[in-house]
Amino acid sequence: MSGADLDPLWLTLRLAGVTTTVLLIVGTPLAWWLSRTGSRLRFPIEAVVALPLVLPPTVLGFYLLVLLGPRGSVGALLRSLGLESPVFSFSGLVIGSVLYSLPFVVQPLQGAFESVGRLPLEVAATLRAGPFDRFATVAVPLARRGFLTAATIGFAHTLGEFGVVLMIGGNIPGRTRVLSIAIYDHVERLEYAQAHRLSLGMLAFSFAALWGVYAMNVRGPRGSRAPGGPRGPRRPLGLRGPRTRRDGGGDAA
Amino acid sequence: MRGRFRLARGGGFVLDVDFTAPAAGVTGVFGPSASGKTTLLRCVAGLERAPAGLLEVAGEVWQDEAREWFVPAHRRRVGYVFQEAGLFAHLSVRGNLEYGLRRTPPGERRVRFAEAVEWLGLEPLLARAPEALSGGQRQRVAVARALLTSPRLLLMDEPLAALDAAAREEILPYLERLHARLEIPVLYVSHSAPELLRLADHLLLLAAGRVRAAGPLAEVTTRLDLLPWGPEAELGVVIEAVVAGHDERFDLTYLDFAGGRLSLPRHAAAPGSRQRVRVLARDVSLALVRPERTSVLNVFPASIVEVSDGGETGRGRQPLVKLDAGGAALLAQVTRKSLVTLELRPGVPVYAVIKGVALLMEAG
Repeated sequence: MSGADLDPLWLTLRLAGVTTTVLLIVGTPLAWWLSRTGSRLRFPIEAVVALPLVLPPTVLGFYLLVLLGPRGSVGALLRSLGLESPVFSFSGLVIGSVLYSLPFVVQPLQGAFESVGRLPLEVAATLRAGPFDRFATVAVPLARRGFLTAATIGFAHTLGEFGVVLMIGGNIPGRTRVLSIAIYDHVERLEYAQAHRLSLGMLAFSFAALWGVYAMNVRGPRGSRAPGGPRGPRRPLGLRGPRTRRDGGGDAA
Repeated sequence: MRGRFRLARGGGFVLDVDFTAPAAGVTGVFGPSASGKTTLLRCVAGLERAPAGLLEVAGEVWQDEAREWFVPAHRRRVGYVFQEAGLFAHLSVRGNLEYGLRRTPPGERRVRFAEAVEWLGLEPLLARAPEALSGGQRQRVAVARALLTSPRLLLMDEPLAALDAAAREEILPYLERLHARLEIPVLYVSHSAPELLRLADHLLLLAAGRVRAAGPLAEVTTRLDLLPWGPEAELGVVIEAVVAGHDERFDLTYLDFAGGRLSLPRHAAAPGSRQRVRVLARDVSLALVRPERTSVLNVFPASIVEVSDGGETGRGRQPLVKLDAGGAALLAQVTRKSLVTLELRPGVPVYAVIKGVALLMEAG
């Protein structure tokens, strides 16, 4: 592989790594809240989280460009704080990727938290565990497969994004030129051999990642399987099942 | 402990209870489905917050909505055994047991790890994963796990309901032994009358979200106006008795109760131990004079307390006669014809002829 192709590879891996980390940090509390709340706000927020599934990436990228650009409201605010506008930079790529891959992390996590159910958390409460304690020592370990799924899918999905990064990052070699764009460039220049090399690599990686996720979800013991699983993000929005959490309900006796 | 909860649910269910439970012993909470048993337990545990509620346990106020006071579940010293064991799948049996123990300040610990393990026979299971346990074993782990938080109050929500008959018989002796050892009050929810007759000292009967009756087991189970209080309940009484001795020659065991000395087929129970015996109403017949030259050994003088002809509560049911035998209540099922010809009325002295007595449990 030529040096010119190693740069985009390294950049892409770095972008996917940072994005996945940010997504796990942001997505975990969000998914936890969505899996537990009875608030009406849940539905609009779920819709916003799922938007990147249906929106053309260029639409997302376009609005981010408008907002974050030097003349955009957020961009202007950043400039007034003495900060650089994130467009056409690595931080811009991270912002775009986080939004774009959000449902791929939040939905499996939410599904995993929902499948933990109410019982283990109530048991933990009667064993004197406070709310954060219950979350950290019961919900998270029981949802661990959901975390693995979320991280793997989030990572793999970020590797493959094209539209958003092109809009907000441009195509600056060494700075914002990621693998998918490099492949596009190779094809444009009819460098099919190089395009093949990169494409096959991505194909193999994505296949292996998905294979792993599916295998992991089947092997898991009943109950800890994330019902969202790898399929979660692609589940048609209107078909999201009824809440698994029992809502108080009558007397089970 | 005393409590008062009022909460309304979708579907028209309203829980409206005002109850007290003694500071020791097992209070059986009994009632049909959807009578509010589980909801009541959840309110006591703090897993649910009744908008109108007051709860005081062992001198501590856990809820008082008049002052908007509510202690969350994890700050209440309460042990809860759920219908499904709810073991943490990511922890071993030992990890499950230690979960609550570790969160109990050393100064508050009353139950030692080794004790709980021994009481519930968990030593061989400690290293196992919950998924490798049978239903009965899981429930035993759940009971020990709850005890290890040294609760002030133990709540058990149909702990045997999800088990098959064999597993139930496996775990009941453990619960009976606990019953004798525990110094804390237990609220035990069940819709199984036989289970409560073995385990409970007091009863709280619920129906449609309200308290129908409450009191000591012997009193509530012999209230004719409440009968029959369970589809499974074969009418009868439970009597506390003490083993007086064994008769080697005739292979009998003698037990003393308030009304006299019972003779039973030889049983291994140790002399001096307290036992529960079950006397079914259909095994008790009445005689106006002491029967002579009868094969029945158990005949006790008694007086009639109350007579119910069974007419209002159930068609086709035989009349029931409630007796007082030296302070112990007995029920006798008689025919309407006997009722009339023997002129059985409250106050009439009779002899209770008991044809069958069954030992229920070891009361410790």
